[in-house]
Amino acid sequence: MKTICKLVTANRLADGEVVWLGAHGAWVETIDGALVLEDAAAVEAAEAAAARAVAANEVVDVGTIDVTRQGSGVVPVRLRERIRAAGPTFRTDLGKQAQASRASNAA
Amino acid sequence: MYRYDEFDQEFVDQRIAQFSDQVRRRLKGELNEDQFKPLRLMNGVYLQLHAYMLRVCVPYGTLNSRQMRKLAHIARTYDRGYGHFTTRQNIQFNWPKLSDVPAILKELAEVEMHAIQTSGNCIRNTTADHLAGAADDEIADPRPYAEIIRQWSSLHPEFTFLPRKFKFAITGAPHDRAAIQVHDIGMQIVRSEAGDLGFKVYVGGGQGRTPLVAKLVRDFLPEEDLIAYSEAILRVYNRYGRRDNKYKARIKILVHETGIDELRGDIEAEFEKIRHGVLQLPADEVRRIETYFALPPLDPAATSARFDAKSAGNPAFAAWAERNVHPHKVTGHASVTISLKPIGGVPGDASAEQMEAVADIAETFSFDELRVSHEQNLILPHVRLDDLDKVHDALVAADLAEGNAGLITDIIACPGLDYCALANARSIPIAQEISERFGNAERQRAIGDLKIKISGCINACGHHHVGHIGILGVEKKGEELYQLTLGGSADETTSIGAIIGRGFAGDRIVDAVETVVETYLKLRANDNETFLAAYRRVGDAPFKEALYGTA
Repeated sequence: MKTICKLVTANRLADGEVVWLGAHGAWVETIDGALVLEDAAAVEAAEAAAARAVAANEVVDVGTIDVTRQGSGVVPVRLRERIRAAGPTFRTDLGKQAQASRASNAA
Repeated sequence: MYRYDEFDQEFVDQRIAQFSDQVRRRLKGELNEDQFKPLRLMNGVYLQLHAYMLRVCVPYGTLNSRQMRKLAHIARTYDRGYGHFTTRQNIQFNWPKLSDVPAILKELAEVEMHAIQTSGNCIRNTTADHLAGAADDEIADPRPYAEIIRQWSSLHPEFTFLPRKFKFAITGAPHDRAAIQVHDIGMQIVRSEAGDLGFKVYVGGGQGRTPLVAKLVRDFLPEEDLIAYSEAILRVYNRYGRRDNKYKARIKILVHETGIDELRGDIEAEFEKIRHGVLQLPADEVRRIETYFALPPLDPAATSARFDAKSAGNPAFAAWAERNVHPHKVTGHASVTISLKPIGGVPGDASAEQMEAVADIAETFSFDELRVSHEQNLILPHVRLDDLDKVHDALVAADLAEGNAGLITDIIACPGLDYCALANARSIPIAQEISERFGNAERQRAIGDLKIKISGCINACGHHHVGHIGILGVEKKGEELYQLTLGGSADETTSIGAIIGRGFAGDRIVDAVETVVETYLKLRANDNETFLAAYRRVGDAPFKEALYGTA
């Protein structure tokens, strides 16, 4: 069985963009940049940082989610979170998956 | 159609100024989310999975081409180039920035539109028959009454914090195209034996986790008492409706737990107190509002020679017209369904370009008038029969000419887990797969009238309870699972579908639907016996056996 790790995620207040808590308290727009939380102490620290970000009106709707490591990245356990990380499953031209494919086309 | 007077415009402008200031304070951190959330919901702003969502009100589903062009402009300027038409005859934008919402609302106000009361525990947009004012079976146009309800219920101080949301629907025809019996209050226009106009009033219908068909609370309500009686119902609900449990807070639960006879007594007692007061509708005011909805200058001498010739010469046009063209009360005219259900497409979505094309068509061929149907299609209410081929050509050019109104691919689907923060399973991909599976024109015509409705959670925004075939997505052990219900209906013979058995995985549900359809085709009495009629005749058993085998 794969080890379950955690990420902290939210939506950015001003534009609603899905974000994850990255290193040094920064909020990042792609799940690959998220800080992977391996133990309870790391989760606690991340949730405290998220609570500060909510109080500072940077983000809303904070949640801690389960992920597994796959290759060099992580994949959320729940479909809901996989859809938040990518975009609508039937329109790959929308959401983060669209930006990802635009970036790879440009490369 | 209705035009704002100075009160309406001032009311909307004031609200925009107020909400814009609230957004500004939120972005500056002067309001926190707990303080701001109820305020944004009152103004139609949700936070969904990927972004904010803005739900814009289309009162009783009626709009003009200028308004449709503005919606296209908003889709292109502030969103991702499309909008989603909903079962409340409204439109949702899925990607607006909160910081852009004040600008969007200002643009909407320029064309007499807003997002007020599209969410929250208040009286929502009154929905109406999408063929209102045009249908040949209509007693009277329901929209003047829907407009009166709108005026009465907008920012009504007593009903701004109800136990739960509250929805009206109204039809002017005996054939119910507005699903009135699954609304908190459903009104049907009727004539008394003396010839007076009034309403049959239903109360306590609804879907969600506890689907209930409304009860008839009054056989005949005189026109002048429309608002007094509505107020009496709302007062009784506001007083006795449960506030201890969100899931038991709709009026349907009150009706169910109290019993309609006792509740009718309470409503009538309240009504007696107020019926001769300020809420009594002055007849001249009703007639004044009716003039906003007067029929456009249609020519009763309009012929159908060109239509007949084009139908004979063009099978594709004839096939489209057979499904998407509806009888009109004025000879030589018709109402047209513009299907937002292309084969394999997303039910209810329209691109900015399509909205503009529809606006142009409405302006040229339908006296500038459009409707949104609760079945997530658009309607051209007043088209000359002899213009239909030109309308069809224009729809073909805009990829909007699917001739599937009322067929198995004309599916209602909620946004589901692809967008919605409440959903447990995806809806739209299931709708797309069903559409592809049955997309062949001959096949779907052979199947005939069949309404499939899909919800991605128990809140039932996709109306699955009243689908002839209903599909409910749930989450079980981390996987999407789909329950099948059969025999639901939302017309004048409203019924709640019955769960047929255990659910199906996402990759099996469309096969299950196909099994149900094939079973129906084998057992129907003749080609004209619809799925619903056949199901009501034979019951569950043959479908159960086909799906699960004999026990």
